Amino acid sequence: MKRKSKGAFLFLTPSVLLLLIFFIVPIILTIYFAFTNMALTGSAARNLQFIGFQNFTNMFQDPDFRISVWRTLVFLIFSAVIGQVILGFILALLMKEKNVTFRRIIGIIVIAGWVTPEIVVAFCMVAFFSDNGTLNQIIGWFGISPVSWLFSFPMVSVIIANIWHGTAFSMMVYQSALDEIPKDIEEAATIDGANNFKILRYITIPMVKGSIVTNMMLVTLQTLGVFTLIYTMTGGGPGTSTQTLPVFMYNQAFVNYQFGYGTAISLVLLVIGIVASLFYMKSMKVKV
Amino acid sequence: MKTNKLKVTMTAAMASLLLLTTACSSGNSGSGANAEGKEEVTITFRSSGSEDTLTKYFESGLIDKFESENPDIKINIAPVLASEGDYTSKIVLQMKSPDTAPDIVAEDTSIIKSDAAAGYLEPLDTQVAGWSDWQDKFIANLKSGVTGEDGKIYGIPATSDTRGIWYNKELLAEAGIAVPFQPASWEEVLEAARTIKDKLPGVTPLNMIVGKSSGEGVTMQTLEMLLYGTNDTLYNNDTKKWVVSSAGLLDSFKFINQVFNVDKTGPTMQVALNGQAGSIAFQQLFPQGKLAMAVDGSWAGSTWFENGAAPIENVADKMGFAPFPTQNGQEPGAITMSGGWAWSIPAEAQNKEAAWKFLEFLMNQENATARVVAEGNLSPRSDSVDVAGYTDRTFVAEAQALLEVAQFRPANDEYATVSAQLQSLVESVASGKLAPEAAVQQLNDNVTRSLGEDKVEVK
Repeated sequence: MKRKSKGAFLFLTPSVLLLLIFFIVPIILTIYFAFTNMALTGSAARNLQFIGFQNFTNMFQDPDFRISVWRTLVFLIFSAVIGQVILGFILALLMKEKNVTFRRIIGIIVIAGWVTPEIVVAFCMVAFFSDNGTLNQIIGWFGISPVSWLFSFPMVSVIIANIWHGTAFSMMVYQSALDEIPKDIEEAATIDGANNFKILRYITIPMVKGSIVTNMMLVTLQTLGVFTLIYTMTGGGPGTSTQTLPVFMYNQAFVNYQFGYGTAISLVLLVIGIVASLFYMKSMKVKV
Repeated sequence: MKTNKLKVTMTAAMASLLLLTTACSSGNSGSGANAEGKEEVTITFRSSGSEDTLTKYFESGLIDKFESENPDIKINIAPVLASEGDYTSKIVLQMKSPDTAPDIVAEDTSIIKSDAAAGYLEPLDTQVAGWSDWQDKFIANLKSGVTGEDGKIYGIPATSDTRGIWYNKELLAEAGIAVPFQPASWEEVLEAARTIKDKLPGVTPLNMIVGKSSGEGVTMQTLEMLLYGTNDTLYNNDTKKWVVSSAGLLDSFKFINQVFNVDKTGPTMQVALNGQAGSIAFQQLFPQGKLAMAVDGSWAGSTWFENGAAPIENVADKMGFAPFPTQNGQEPGAITMSGGWAWSIPAEAQNKEAAWKFLEFLMNQENATARVVAEGNLSPRSDSVDVAGYTDRTFVAEAQALLEVAQFRPANDEYATVSAQLQSLVESVASGKLAPEAAVQQLNDNVTRSLGEDKVEVK
């Protein structure tokens, strides 16, 4: 018995080592760097010093940080919670029990946005919203003069881009959840005189609650980390109008070269992610 | 039993993966000499793409010549394809480790003090002490740009430049503006732009670099060109403090606001905030006759030369280069900011001696001049004027003359931080998201917060 467990331990060593090297050490280092003055260049780069909560104090006094938190929330609520989650649910519901060809056609259109890499989505969206882009040509047919979408409505543009990119994921999660609902329950409800809305409200949604929470959490965490899309489309600008926390973090770390400050911001981003996940679980009363 | 077998296979696979990664990580390190016993010198610089003149310059026989004279040294060129801002962070990350540090690196003189303070660069004092060209031939005031705060030399200046107003002579004449264009104050620049807007619809009157994706160009070519033409500066050399609020600063932001939001004589935001705003102006808008004026560097005109990216025939007849005026025409009448690039040796470089040998070769009279000729820059060597082809280039005389009124960026390792703030603020003002007064206030707040109250002053 003893020999056996020793052998097992030996075989486990590589995976433990891998976890240690690629997961645990970077996380601990990140937390440590957030409390230092680590910089990419300048004299601070030579003298790495532990500066306690200085980065966090600076952050909460920084108006740019507060703006970025606000922009992140706006982006999150409109592009993830309202856009992807609700739109994905509606799409899944509309496609339920429709014929296979219809489902396939719609599915392919929506999934096209999802399988496209983020950077390609960004370029497509720049082409769509630019001065001579598709959108301006379409509104041109109706005699409306072109609008500089990326500069007049930058936040709306990146939100639409993210919805386009992410909705398919929610749709697929809901589709599989809706397919799991036994048909006879809904039929029984219909016989009892429930209308479509009541079925949705009292049967369908409660039965897919677990999927909704999981999906909300995944979509929220994914959206919190969206960087490529925004950075490529607007660079966080004009000014700071689309500067979400990841863009702000990048600017501090790689434009201002303040790594310590950048990592401190990343920790705050992590905390927001955790809080949002807990909130969803609590509000939907789901145990994970 | 089956699962056990699977587990064993998986563990074995993971173990071999781990071995493989360790093997890979040790494989790269400590490459000082190659298989033939030659010392390898890697030289890193910023490339803007496949048509990059610096790469062409190296490949034009220069390296072959050096290698045949020094058979024990092999030169590798390693251009970094990146925007100006990204280039800085990429080379800094490379220089941090002896495994990745190049042997020679191109440094923008705006970041050299910062990198020197960080310990990334090798002091070159002993080397230049034994190099007579350094004392006699290099223009003295360019040396301050490569001197660290500790007084040591950290680079050899390779290019220098000035900035002014590039303009299309035909368009200005068409709008009834006297050519050669010689504005005596900011107001005359604004007035000319307004005239062009009125008379020539479809032509962008005045291009200025304002998108923060253009990096340092925003600070130097736009904000500092304005600011140093007022009675204020960005840094007070006497008190060693940053001037984060002054009348000159406010007026500079007001000028930008005037161009982009009041007169609307600037380019569209789509062009202005593009990271390639400079290339769009010089490679597309100017040659197509859709742009009348642009505040930009002295090298930009080389775009239109025969071997440039967008050649213009009889360029000297069609295009002009005017000094940028001081605010109200006060002394010295015109203003320019001067900067440039230098060659440095990283502290972690593997082959410093061979690197210095190549640097001396690279910066001798003939080769140093050949580079600035190819790039349309000004030479840091005073004896370049003796080389055929240097002074008779179009626009060079005008650009060279401006060196007399040249101002240099603050010689301080905090410059990068302040410059990044300014880039963001200029973009906000130009795009109409921030009023000039609010921009000054934000600069004051942000710089005070990041550098400390003892580092700033208000005028």
